Amino acid sequence: MITYIVRRLLLAIPTLLFIAACIFLLLNLAPNDPMAQVPMTIPPDVKEKMREALGLGQPLHVQFLKWVIQFFWVEPQVFFDYLFNTSFSEGKQRIFSWQTRSPVMDIVVQRLPQTLWVVGMSYIVGILIALPIGIYSAYRQYSVFDQVGTFVTMVGYSVPPFFSGVFVIVLFSVQLGWLPSVYDTLHEVVDWETFKYQFRQMIMPVMVLALQTTAQISRFMRSSMLDNLNQDYVRTARAKGLSEWTVVAIHVLRNSMIPVVTVIALGIPSIFGGAIITEQVFKVNGIGQQLINAIYANDLPTVQTITFMFAVLIVFFNLIADILYGILDPRIRYD
Amino acid sequence: MTDNVQLSALNKTNNKWLDVWNEFKNHKGALAGAIIFALIVILVLLGPFVWPYEANGINIRIRNQGPSLAHPLGTDQLGRDTLARIMAGGRTSITVGLTAMLLSLFLGTLIGVVAGYFKKLDSALMRFTDLFLSLPLLPLLLVMMLLFREPLSTSFGPEKGMFILIVVSIGITSWMPTARIVRGDVLAIKEREFILAARSIGGTDTKIIFRHILPNVLSPIMVSATLGIANAIITESALSFLGLGFPPDFPTWGRLLNDAVDYLQQFPERVFWPGLAISLTVLSINYLGDGLRDALDPRIRGR
Repeated sequence: MITYIVRRLLLAIPTLLFIAACIFLLLNLAPNDPMAQVPMTIPPDVKEKMREALGLGQPLHVQFLKWVIQFFWVEPQVFFDYLFNTSFSEGKQRIFSWQTRSPVMDIVVQRLPQTLWVVGMSYIVGILIALPIGIYSAYRQYSVFDQVGTFVTMVGYSVPPFFSGVFVIVLFSVQLGWLPSVYDTLHEVVDWETFKYQFRQMIMPVMVLALQTTAQISRFMRSSMLDNLNQDYVRTARAKGLSEWTVVAIHVLRNSMIPVVTVIALGIPSIFGGAIITEQVFKVNGIGQQLINAIYANDLPTVQTITFMFAVLIVFFNLIADILYGILDPRIRYD
Repeated sequence: MTDNVQLSALNKTNNKWLDVWNEFKNHKGALAGAIIFALIVILVLLGPFVWPYEANGINIRIRNQGPSLAHPLGTDQLGRDTLARIMAGGRTSITVGLTAMLLSLFLGTLIGVVAGYFKKLDSALMRFTDLFLSLPLLPLLLVMMLLFREPLSTSFGPEKGMFILIVVSIGITSWMPTARIVRGDVLAIKEREFILAARSIGGTDTKIIFRHILPNVLSPIMVSATLGIANAIITESALSFLGLGFPPDFPTWGRLLNDAVDYLQQFPERVFWPGLAISLTVLSINYLGDGLRDALDPRIRGR
């Protein structure tokens, strides 16, 4: 198992480098001039100097190498310094945003809590709703609950978040006026009243994102339960006289959870992708909104860094899913 | 001659596609999905010929009207008929969905068949597929929209350029699941006796692939196709919704939804129609795909 994990970790490095190169080349070879917005009155030699100040004068491979070093070496040092008050990163060049002239990572760190708070909460809520629905509709296959549950998850699967989000805003904010339509990130929870406000402003974004999660995971849970319910060991367990609860909750559920757990791990990065749209709908100033802003503002270093961070998340959770699968199901060991 | 007739009659009763149709018929959701999707396609294709208003026909005197007999879904802030715009938007959205699906299916099948059939290329191509699967797709799509919008608009015109850009970028970011499924099936079929027989009578690789392998991997490809349309429609709408899709005066469902959000306070009912159109189309296609999968593979029925 250890060799397998080590091998997978080593394989992740070229994958990440390839993705970094892809993103870098896409951004830098595209016919697109970051100086296009600069006024025409600026003389060409000054323009050339400005390009150099942005780090655009050097050949591509040097730019790429610099970015890789900044991302993997300098930025972790900055983080380390921040944690332990050391000074490893002093005087080293960080990744700067063209838009704000400040380090990209500082903005990311400012934005990340909002995204994690909304996205993380919605994922947990989604899983908590999805698992019981999936389990019960498999246990009572073709019952009314199953039919309704399957239909609802299919709807949740098909309605895109940019419609469900806008729809709940129309319903609960515009028509009924119960919930705020814009997420206020400056809001601080200090007492019961502010906590209630925080709860009210989080319901809609969290539920919209959770709907997607619920739909995918409960479908998966149901089919995984169905796979196991007809197996011989279930009949054996029943024949032994075990209670129905023990059979379903202990024997079947534990075996059915194996693929579901990996799907849950694999779904975490994609929920960040969905958060880009949900953040835009509810005006949450998280990392997804920062990405959209940077795209509109032609701020290449920020776009590159955030896109790459999404890629790191995907690779990391793929790895987690593979390892979890090996741990949970001893039949699948990749040595 | 009579033998031939009898043989063809015999074949008819054992026809695989007839079996599939019989199976498909019994899946109520799938049948409903197929009918609704067909109705939507007919409506957006033929509707604009029958409907008296044009999607871009501005009539400022009747702007911001509610539903009436003349305008069943009302009019927008420039007095354009909403129903006409929904139909025109549906044409674009469904065309984008179909074309992008065909492109992604072509790429996926090509890579899947090559990887499954030629052992030497297998591991390289599958690593390539894995790499693509770990790309953050939505951010990359947004970046592609940003970067290639201008050059393509200038060389093909704003609408055509955007169409090519959206179709190509959705196509090259969604072929991976198809490739994986097709490769798995090809790997299994390649070992069967009839392939050995075809090779022993001197069939070339191209012939074997086209005559024997492709018809046998048709069912997973068809299921991928339905899911591909749904996926492409959602992606296109998401891009338009974020303002990075088609130009503003060119209606698509996502763009109409985006426009309606600006008037959320005054006319909240406006977001409903384009959103409903997207959701209903995607829902019907998903049901269609579900039924098709069950019909084509009886082993997993009812899951």
